[in-house]
Amino acid sequence: MASHLFCGRVNLNILREAARKDLREFLDKCSGSKAIVWDEYLTGPFGLIAQYSLLKEHEVEKMFTLKGGRIPSAAVKNIVFFVRPRLELMDIIAENVASEDKLKPREFHILFVPRRSLLCEQRLKEKGVLNSFTNIDEYILDLIPYDGDLLSMESESSFRVRQSLNECYLENDQTSLYHAAKGLMTLQALYGTIPQIFAFHVANMMLRMKREFAGSHTQILPVFDTLLLLDRNVDLLTPLATQLTYEGLIDEIYGITNGYVKLPPEKFAQKKQGEGGKDLPTEPKKLQLNSAEELYAEIRDKNFNAVGAALSKKAKIISAAFEERHNAKTVGEIKQFVSQLPHMQAARGSLANHTSIAELIKDITISEDFFDSLTVEQEFMTGVDTDKVSTYIEDCIAQKDPLIKILRLVCMQSVCNNGLKQKVLDYYKKEILQTYGYKHILTLKNLEKVGLLKPQSTMRNNYPTIRKTLKLWMEDANEQNPNDISYVYSGYAPLSVRLTQVLARPGWRSIEEVLKILPGPHFEERQQVPTGLHKKRQPGENRTTLVFFLGGVTYAEIAALRFLSHMEDSGTEYIIATTKLINGTSWIKSLMDNPEENLP
Amino acid sequence: MAFVTANWNPLGESFYRKIELYEMGWNLKDGLRECLVAAAPYGGPIALLKGHYRRSPSARPQLEIYSSSGLPLASFPWKSGVVKQLGWTVSDDLLCVQEDGTVLVYDLWGGFKRHFSMGNEVSQSQVLETKIFHSPYGTGVAILTGALRFTLATNIDDIKLRRLPEVPGLQEAPSCWAVLTQDRQSKVLVANGSQLFILDNTACTPVTPPGLSPQASSIVHMCVSFSYKYLALLTDSGHVWMGTSNLKEKLSEVDTKIKTPPKQMAWCRRPKSQQPSAVVMWDGLLIVVGECKETIQYHLDDDSVLVPELDGVRIISGTHHELLQEVPGACEEIFKIASMAPGALLLEAHKEYEKESQKADEYLREIKEQSLLSEAVRQCVEAAGHEHEPETQKTLLRAASFGKCFLSNFPPEQFVSMCRDLRVLNAVRDYTVGIPLTHTQFKQMTVQVLIDRLVYRKLYPLAIEVCRYLKTPEYQGVSRVLKHWACYKVQQKEESDEVIAKAVSVKLADAAGISYSEIATKAYESGRTELAIKLLEFEPRSGEQVPLLLKMKKSPLALSKAIESGDTDLVYTVVMYLKNELNRGDFFMMLRNQPVALSLYKQFCKHQEQDTLKDLFNQDDDHEELGNFYVKASYKDQRLEARVALLQSAVDEYYKAKNDFSAKTTEDEMRLLRFQRKLEEEKDEQLVGFSLQDTMTTLLSVGLHKHAEQLYKDFRVPDKRFWWLKLKALAEKEDWEELEKFGKTKKSPIGYLPFVEVCIKHHNKYEAKKYVSKVTPEQKVKAHLAVGDMEGAAEAAIERRNESEISTVLSRCSATTDHLLMERLNRAKATAVKK
Repeated sequence: MASHLFCGRVNLNILREAARKDLREFLDKCSGSKAIVWDEYLTGPFGLIAQYSLLKEHEVEKMFTLKGGRIPSAAVKNIVFFVRPRLELMDIIAENVASEDKLKPREFHILFVPRRSLLCEQRLKEKGVLNSFTNIDEYILDLIPYDGDLLSMESESSFRVRQSLNECYLENDQTSLYHAAKGLMTLQALYGTIPQIFAFHVANMMLRMKREFAGSHTQILPVFDTLLLLDRNVDLLTPLATQLTYEGLIDEIYGITNGYVKLPPEKFAQKKQGEGGKDLPTEPKKLQLNSAEELYAEIRDKNFNAVGAALSKKAKIISAAFEERHNAKTVGEIKQFVSQLPHMQAARGSLANHTSIAELIKDITISEDFFDSLTVEQEFMTGVDTDKVSTYIEDCIAQKDPLIKILRLVCMQSVCNNGLKQKVLDYYKKEILQTYGYKHILTLKNLEKVGLLKPQSTMRNNYPTIRKTLKLWMEDANEQNPNDISYVYSGYAPLSVRLTQVLARPGWRSIEEVLKILPGPHFEERQQVPTGLHKKRQPGENRTTLVFFLGGVTYAEIAALRFLSHMEDSGTEYIIATTKLINGTSWIKSLMDNPEENLP
Repeated sequence: MAFVTANWNPLGESFYRKIELYEMGWNLKDGLRECLVAAAPYGGPIALLKGHYRRSPSARPQLEIYSSSGLPLASFPWKSGVVKQLGWTVSDDLLCVQEDGTVLVYDLWGGFKRHFSMGNEVSQSQVLETKIFHSPYGTGVAILTGALRFTLATNIDDIKLRRLPEVPGLQEAPSCWAVLTQDRQSKVLVANGSQLFILDNTACTPVTPPGLSPQASSIVHMCVSFSYKYLALLTDSGHVWMGTSNLKEKLSEVDTKIKTPPKQMAWCRRPKSQQPSAVVMWDGLLIVVGECKETIQYHLDDDSVLVPELDGVRIISGTHHELLQEVPGACEEIFKIASMAPGALLLEAHKEYEKESQKADEYLREIKEQSLLSEAVRQCVEAAGHEHEPETQKTLLRAASFGKCFLSNFPPEQFVSMCRDLRVLNAVRDYTVGIPLTHTQFKQMTVQVLIDRLVYRKLYPLAIEVCRYLKTPEYQGVSRVLKHWACYKVQQKEESDEVIAKAVSVKLADAAGISYSEIATKAYESGRTELAIKLLEFEPRSGEQVPLLLKMKKSPLALSKAIESGDTDLVYTVVMYLKNELNRGDFFMMLRNQPVALSLYKQFCKHQEQDTLKDLFNQDDDHEELGNFYVKASYKDQRLEARVALLQSAVDEYYKAKNDFSAKTTEDEMRLLRFQRKLEEEKDEQLVGFSLQDTMTTLLSVGLHKHAEQLYKDFRVPDKRFWWLKLKALAEKEDWEELEKFGKTKKSPIGYLPFVEVCIKHHNKYEAKKYVSKVTPEQKVKAHLAVGDMEGAAEAAIERRNESEISTVLSRCSATTDHLLMERLNRAKATAVKK
């Protein structure tokens, strides 16, 4: 069921099992048959922890979506609300409870995810329904295991919230940070105290964690050697660039949510003889993407240009394997062949799926639009003409291309130029507002607040220094057989990952000049590990580093870190944790503010 | 050593032994005579109420509390009502049940904790008899009232009084009764003469013990075993009937030949007992009865009390404290005269070894030949656990350790943990501590509870030593003990705040997981607010400090601590609390000094209280945000005038904020809105809500060229964008004539390639071709290709001698139709490359 969690160096299934145990315990607290009323946002993340079968085993008979009015009738003893601690949801719950049939009362319970909230309980009290609940509990779901080496908190609009510690904040809300610190606590309770912590730009968080950890001591041999906390603010550039790995492109084009992707169904139609593709399916094709699928694990992190070759190689291997049957002579050989059949058929299915996906993506990557936009991105990243208005962006606006595409490019130019000249910035802003509507003025202000867009101050553009020192641009990136992380963006090496790489070897001391330029201070901290739990490393045994991206991480960055883990002489393996999996589009979207929406 | 069996008495198949635990440290003039006595199980404390039979107001009874070894813990004159019964709770609190049904709760040190009542009915008809019992749900109290009715509370910490049904035919106090816990319910078993009833919540059911001898005309005494599994009845004919407490099975029946009613009766069994047995006590006589006809008789010098335990019975008299129990299997195997059990042989082997005799080898061989050596070691270790004398324990453990030497792969855990356990047990059994726990009881009780008990007795250093020795994780062990110590310390009135705070912080400095807030709460409860605040400073988790600070009305401090904790929810809680406590002005002022709280509150207001949000911005003179606020608000109003008015407010605010760009943009927006409205009215065309670009497109598409031009000029739209826009709009409309006119107005700022491409996009090759000639040389090839003119493209490419362009054209040629062209191109390419 969760085989993808076992394959990494650290057994993340422990985390999943712990989460499942908590869930079972809560469900058993509400004895008797029950119906769950879901805060819709939670169903995705919960799906990664427990399937319906687990709920069923614990007498969950019905599931509803949380909405106003009366809860649909169901002959159950308990109604259990699974909700985020949000006031507007409390109002809905109160309405639900108030309109419950008084003659056949059912027991009510609330499970807050990921934390219970006094504020919400207060709201329920004000609404006069707090006493109607038999159990009010919290389900601490901070870090959800996504893959063998990947944990995510999947918090809503985490970057928006993440800005709290910077001068240029958006909401000044530390909730997400607090949850991240708590999540790390949970992690350390299961995997031991992490002896060494590096952090960039997250002073508060460090202090907070130190304080929180002070009270706990686990008697577990530390699994992680190092924790690196990276604030997205340190590297605003990477998520803006178009990811060029297979998985990254799937995410850029179709969006991966909670490990699933929805694809246009046409390419996946079962071609059965005689039917001639009469009725094409109209429902989008939903596929789960994780490393449990052998082929996907193999190609997900490859540069897309290397995927075609990998797929055709795989196709040859599979058909060769099927050909084996002709060579099977003896009963034993045939038996062996048959025993491998299910595996081979699965491999063939998987190959068919990914060939279709690759075709879909290729249709887009070979388009002129894609090429032009990528060329401009790469020009910006290499520092070409970043100080003047880009004709390409101008043309795109004139054509009224999607606003997010424009914003991504303008922000990228701003970041690569350490801010735009006031004239250039105002020109872009005016163009955008006239073309897409004045309502976007709030979005632009948000982008300025978080520093993605900014007027150039008197300081000179220091991006080229960073680029050169950290070798962020590699002219001859090898896409087929990469020898450097820059392959994930066909030339651009993600800044965040480069920092991680340098930290492992030769250490940050070698790049102190650059560290001074990057926003925010950096720290090193050691945590006391109980004596007797000091790890004795076998010769040749790799170190394990947990890289925690506060404010989101892209699939391409993950791919780059995996590449580092697998490099022969890297000496370090990486486990990745984040507040949210993002790409440029979803990132910018989370920062948009449309006053026409959310009308009360 | 040789005398291990000296105090053994055989009864049927097994032996019983009586071990002296302590010579009592108390000095009681009259022994236990005329005392109401209660001793807690698991070697707990003993409470005495002296002289409570004398009912004269001049002589008050004295309540005294002692440890099991008779060391005084507390003593005070009893000033309340007449006490009917004393008893201990599972957490070592003393319960005193008064005649009027009030139960007073004292701690181990005689400190009054609380009282509760057993209900009106009890206080009216008075308490006749009462029993205090323990169940998985806690400590319970059962009362027989003067009205001959039973009232029961199963857990005194969560009192739910239950009045049990009436017993039919009960005219006077029943001859005896007991409380049982069965099927997760507490029930009362009552004997009225020879009749026996079980009372539960709903019914009174008559029952008959199977095989009770017919001579009996009355049941005079009964007792239930520690585990509630077994029941013993004593009849007026002197017979003891023993069976299961569900009355389904009889285990044995023995004639004691004594017909006087006994003083007390108790079960004397142990887990894995070989036979059921009970102890019956009369004045000066104690009898152990088992399965056989014989009994063991002990003479008692003094008035005594029986305390049933999990694995035996303790006998407390005025001078001594003894333990009577069935000899555990392992001890019997080893020490029984002439035993050939492996353990016995191992012990013998070790003795010989110490004497340096070769017989040691013979014994060892004998065990090893039967491959029973590991069994022998196990027996010795187990027996050591059951022995009370440290010397005997040591001998047995040495023998075990000796045996272990001849075994490979023998798991060491049992031996190691037994050594540790015994060391702890010997320490707590010490006279000065006085907790005579057996190993079996210790295991049942767990280390955690033992530490709790030591803490209750304020034996903090010992508790800490035990934790350290047993390597209890710090936060469950040492830290917890220290916390209790500190909680006790802060209640010491004679010392100053500074001294206590310092003492506490010094002692607790490096202990992990200490909750200072709990200690502070204790200090606050004992009226020392200042000390509480001092102690809270030590609390590392700021979140923990908040609830107490709020309770102490230190709200500004609470707010800053909440912010420090990073727990948004906590901050909100304090903010909401303050909002209700303070007037609006003060509340805003306080927030103003706490930016984090302020911005959180703003976020709350954004969703919940829009108007407050405005007030907050106003207070801060945050014109930029006010501007944003008005902009947002403008989208929520449908009426144009209102929208424009709101936008005007926004403009004013933006100017105050010196944000000219935003102000000008918003002015533009107002201008556009007005323009759109005007045209809507004039031309009946839906426009409001469109962006400038979309407005112009719409105007062009309906032929309002002049108006579009006006916007283009008024809003200073860049030429390039306007040309694109007009080009696309006209093509969309397929107004080719107008397009051609437009193309000729002046030199196109976007060049002419877009004209070609847009026409082709709208499938008009004819129109497209018109613009090809105007295209700049660099784009010529592309333009020719776009209209499908291969020759033209080839011509242009060759003229420009551009290799990549030539290749592009080549790639578009088809081998069948453009054969000649390809040859030309290839030749040109060759020369281009050469250059």
